[in-house]
Amino acid sequence: MMTAIFPARSLADRLTTLFWRKPKLLLALMLTPPLLWLGVIYLGSLAALLLQSFYSIDEFSGMVVPEFTLKTYAELLRPQNYDIILRTLLMSAAVTLGCAILAFPIAYYAARFAKGRWKAVFYLGIMLPLWSSYLVKVYAWKLILAKEGIITWATDATHTSGILNAILALPVIGGNSLSTSYIGMFAVFTYVWLPYMILPMQAALERVPTSMLEASQDLGATRAQTFRTVILPLAMPGVIAGSIFTFSLTMGDYIIPQIVGNSANFIGMAVYQLQGTAGNIPLAAAFAVIPILIMLVYLALAKRAGAFDAL
Amino acid sequence: MRSDANPNRASLPLKLAAIGGLLFLHLPILLIFLYAFTTEERTYAFPPPGLTTQWFAAAWNRPDIWQALTLSVKVASVATLLAMILGTLVSAAMARASFFGRDQISLLIILPIALPGVITGMSLRSAFGIMDIPFSTLTIILGHATFCIVIVYNNAVARFRRLSGGILEASADLGANAFQTFWHILLPNLGTALLAGGMLAFALSFDEVIVTTFTAGQQATLPIWMLEELIRPRQRPVTNVVALIVFAATFLPILLAYYLTRHGSETAGSGK
Repeated sequence: MMTAIFPARSLADRLTTLFWRKPKLLLALMLTPPLLWLGVIYLGSLAALLLQSFYSIDEFSGMVVPEFTLKTYAELLRPQNYDIILRTLLMSAAVTLGCAILAFPIAYYAARFAKGRWKAVFYLGIMLPLWSSYLVKVYAWKLILAKEGIITWATDATHTSGILNAILALPVIGGNSLSTSYIGMFAVFTYVWLPYMILPMQAALERVPTSMLEASQDLGATRAQTFRTVILPLAMPGVIAGSIFTFSLTMGDYIIPQIVGNSANFIGMAVYQLQGTAGNIPLAAAFAVIPILIMLVYLALAKRAGAFDAL
Repeated sequence: MRSDANPNRASLPLKLAAIGGLLFLHLPILLIFLYAFTTEERTYAFPPPGLTTQWFAAAWNRPDIWQALTLSVKVASVATLLAMILGTLVSAAMARASFFGRDQISLLIILPIALPGVITGMSLRSAFGIMDIPFSTLTIILGHATFCIVIVYNNAVARFRRLSGGILEASADLGANAFQTFWHILLPNLGTALLAGGMLAFALSFDEVIVTTFTAGQQATLPIWMLEELIRPRQRPVTNVVALIVFAATFLPILLAYYLTRHGSETAGSGK
């Protein structure tokens, strides 16, 4: 024992001996502040959210009635609210699919063929857009999609504005201009969340052994067959891991639908408006519980598909 | 062997798609640079009719922008400092040993960024509402520090895992007490990982808008100022300049974080 050789002198030395004898004490000391913070502020807030969602609002006074009721949740099933949920889920699914398709060549090339300097180029090339300002990225797309913006200019210059107009004339997804259509909103969502799909996909693809691809080729498979039967199944956990991010982020976003699109409502926007101008915090809370439930189901399914090994 | 099927060389379409994808990720951001210099005041016309630097001077003389910038820097600095302390503590504990509840704690740390920001924001809003806490700079910081902890944690825990326990034991054997070991051995070894984590946390906090709108009340951070301009554009040229500032304020810390950790096995920023 240390004290047998060096007599404990200062407080620091005595504490060191104490930590050495009781490692659990040090562990508890280290864990207490962060757990208090997360437990009280974060979990406490989530509990507050859940609590509020079981309250209701008095229709005459507009005040929150702090009594347990399921009335607020029943309101979610009203056609206009139900539409919001369905629309959000469809958009999240479309964005996830779009991200998966766009991400695959980037992730595959970065994982298998990029060497040396190119590896660094791809690494930074994916990481910088991931971390750079979300709002600035959305803003850049407002500039791009504007009626007088770069896309209109490019189609005019190449005499392809007919194609653009034909796309905009499509029912439902078209609109007056790109910035007021679902196509525009889809493009912005896909752009903003794309790096979240590339990274886990790349991690999964990096683990595909080259020997398997060679074996597939030796056995006479074409490139397409190798892709379909070897690469894609092995990349799937990465795709699912990426889809957790793209799906969850699209579902909770309320900035993009507010700035781009035809002002159709989405879950995030509904939460924002209900807690703000409408002052209906219970209904806003109930709306916010939906993404939590969907993500819990999604995470459980993803876990069964082995997606967490790719994170 | 057919030459087009050599598995060790990328096919041309793949190469084009990969490089095209990278360009797709970067070109929209470059457009911001161009627009900051446009002479056009009322629309987003492309190409810009002319180039000027007058908007930088105009933005410089705007007190509301300075106010928002100051608030953003203040919030991001305090939130980063809190997140660095809490994130380091929890990563030190998690790297040490397995103990009861370890998996639950790691879930708890990740939850604030795993769930959509609107949920974190709405939760905090409900809690402040129930407890009658008025919105202030402090409420913004509370929210930001919560989701920044995980960023510092991710960076620090990877370094802790790589750090061999041997050098800590050696330090103790040579007679250093726990605090001396922390100061002379642990901190220098963690240094760059912590700094990188702090940089990323700062960038994340500086740019955050989703949680902030729920916790800021009447105050405007720079992203909130920008969001208002995005919804109701009133002063497009100045907004272009602000976009450039916000971009630089997030871009530089990220690049620095990358250079601080690029030689290690774990590079900063590979997960957000």
